[in-house]
Amino acid sequence: MSIQLVNLLEQKKTTIVKKWFDLVVETYQPDTSQFLKSRKDAFANPVGNCISQNLGPLFDELISKMNYETTRSFLFPIIRVRAVQPTFSSSQAIAFVFSLKEIIRENLKKEIREKQVADDLLLFESKIDGLGLIAFDIFMECREKVYSIKANEERKRTFSAFERAGLITEIPANRSSLS
Amino acid sequence: MSKLPKSDEYFSKIKHDKTSGAEWMDTPTVIREGMFCYAAKPASVETLGLPFPREWNPLHEDWKLPENWKEIIHKGFRDRLERFRSFKVFMDICVRCGACSDKCHFFIGTGDPKNMPVVRAELLRSVYRNDFTKVGKILGKLGGARELTLDVLKEWWYYMFQCTECRRCSVFCPYGIDTAEITMMGRELLNLLGLNIDWIATPVSNCYKTGNHMGIQPHAFKDMLDFFVDEIEEVTGVLVEPQFNKKGADILFITPSGDVFGDPGTYTCMGYMILLHYLKVKYGLNITWSTYASEGGNFGLFTSNEVMKRLNAKMYAEAKRLGVKWILGGECGHMWRVINQYMGTMNGPADFLEEPVNPITGTKFENAKSTKMVHIVEFTADLIKHGKLDLDPARNDHLKVTFHDSCNPARGMGMLDEPRYVIKNVCNNFYEMPRNCIREQTFCCGSGSGLNASEDMELRLAGGLPRANAVKYVHDKHGVNMMACICAIDRAVFPPLMEYWVPEVDVTGLHEMVANALIIPGEKEKTVDLRGEDILDKEKVGTDEFYTRPSFSGR
Repeated sequence: MSIQLVNLLEQKKTTIVKKWFDLVVETYQPDTSQFLKSRKDAFANPVGNCISQNLGPLFDELISKMNYETTRSFLFPIIRVRAVQPTFSSSQAIAFVFSLKEIIRENLKKEIREKQVADDLLLFESKIDGLGLIAFDIFMECREKVYSIKANEERKRTFSAFERAGLITEIPANRSSLS
Repeated sequence: MSKLPKSDEYFSKIKHDKTSGAEWMDTPTVIREGMFCYAAKPASVETLGLPFPREWNPLHEDWKLPENWKEIIHKGFRDRLERFRSFKVFMDICVRCGACSDKCHFFIGTGDPKNMPVVRAELLRSVYRNDFTKVGKILGKLGGARELTLDVLKEWWYYMFQCTECRRCSVFCPYGIDTAEITMMGRELLNLLGLNIDWIATPVSNCYKTGNHMGIQPHAFKDMLDFFVDEIEEVTGVLVEPQFNKKGADILFITPSGDVFGDPGTYTCMGYMILLHYLKVKYGLNITWSTYASEGGNFGLFTSNEVMKRLNAKMYAEAKRLGVKWILGGECGHMWRVINQYMGTMNGPADFLEEPVNPITGTKFENAKSTKMVHIVEFTADLIKHGKLDLDPARNDHLKVTFHDSCNPARGMGMLDEPRYVIKNVCNNFYEMPRNCIREQTFCCGSGSGLNASEDMELRLAGGLPRANAVKYVHDKHGVNMMACICAIDRAVFPPLMEYWVPEVDVTGLHEMVANALIIPGEKEKTVDLRGEDILDKEKVGTDEFYTRPSFSGR
């Protein structure tokens, strides 16, 4: 990625990240997005706070090296929340990553028209696609976690029911399980 | 191949940006897997003679309702408006100021506006306006009124079981509306049509038949406690001998059965047993367990006030049968709401019992004058205050503890300082979560009021997010690795919640920590706690000391 595009994105970072934040919270119903935008307290509004705290650093990573672990650490908290929120389908849960493309195109209209950054922008958009893939991995990881928690709860319940019914006998430690 | 949609056509069909922006009344409710508990089994509904037991599935179109279901709801609604003044007032006085709207953990966590307490109440209130007020009849939708339809009924069911009746919203209501009581009324109405969830109906049925939610029969209950006796002996070298169904004992002890049958509540149960043994040996405390009144919890509260009353009655019946002076209750949440707010007038006054006095310190528990039932945390705090317990808090030095105020003891009975006092006396590392997430403003675990099933895990994880978020904060800031709580449901539901949001933090009851710190007469040298975990950090104290220890103070 050229220095020119990086500089441009850095200059416009505040506007772009703010717009990105707005788009993320607008994926919720209007009453909810209004709340997510207005309450600043991190404990009264954990979801809004999680989004606003992580989008900026995530954007910084995108325009710099995009280290996998660091990028993931900023994306993970947002996706982990959306993975259990009932108002989203799977695609809706991670689509906000791709909305960044639109925001950047909107903000770099002039530069794109003058063909200063068009090629670089394509490269940058590939990075956003990469971010989308990381988001997908995180989403699946969270869903798998939910399923494993559910399965473990069921297993524990079944085990304790068996135990209560006297159907479980512990094999003494000094006896081989094969004997 | 030609029939496959092109990628851009397909993508354009996915709604992934702004929402429709419709008002709540115009937003259809979609019942989603993971957000609801399974329907009540007919056999469990039958046990208490509740109406319309049948197999039904919330995801099916046909809920197999009786033909005259609208009439039943209408009559039930009218009946409750007449019988419960508070319900009528709550239906009338809300000005929709919005103070409660962003206070609900389910709204904050799920982002679903129908989980705003004001909107959840409006689900019922809109029908109230339509059916019982002139203005509603005339103005219709303009006046916030709507007819009761099948979709409305299903919406009621979906959202009445997405409220844990935690009452955080009511703390912020300038009119004092208790939205939890609106949910209770909503659930009562749904029960008139047999629309309960199984996670409530079956425990209720079990409790009615065998005395506890888990359906444990007396001999099995005793077996479990005997098993703990062995465990305790292994860890401490002390043989505790709990009494059962002892006529003429001074005090009857009742705890939620969750403590007896599920980790980590079992360690709390062992904690009670150790404390009660200590008090027996040192001060001659004469206390008994009951294998009949073997449940402190009361899922009747989540069904209807009549069912709650029927389940609650067994505590008094057993206290009377055994001839005890008063009742000591274990660490539980909603149990204390039932006791503190309803029991005195529901099944009381229990004149045959005495006003509770701590026989060891002489303290009179005046707050329990009517119910004759004392919370074990108050009891232990009183013992500590009078210097009656030999405690070595250093034994809990491997823990960095925070405290979750369980909703019902905090908001339902105002017990805020006693647990903190106990914690500070039994451990050296205690860190509070931020002020707006504790005490009367505490965030619910997200699984109370009968929603602690596993099929609604997404609902629980989303609802528990505000609480977990505050726990994560103290974990990141102070290295907190243990969350203490005084509710059996909390102890059962926090481990999975923590596993998703803050896997580094474990969960404990208060009396597990009390027992670990307690220097029991005749105990052996302890290197592990009740969970079998090392009390000392091997790397810090060195191998020699690790194995030869402990030289605890007071030994």
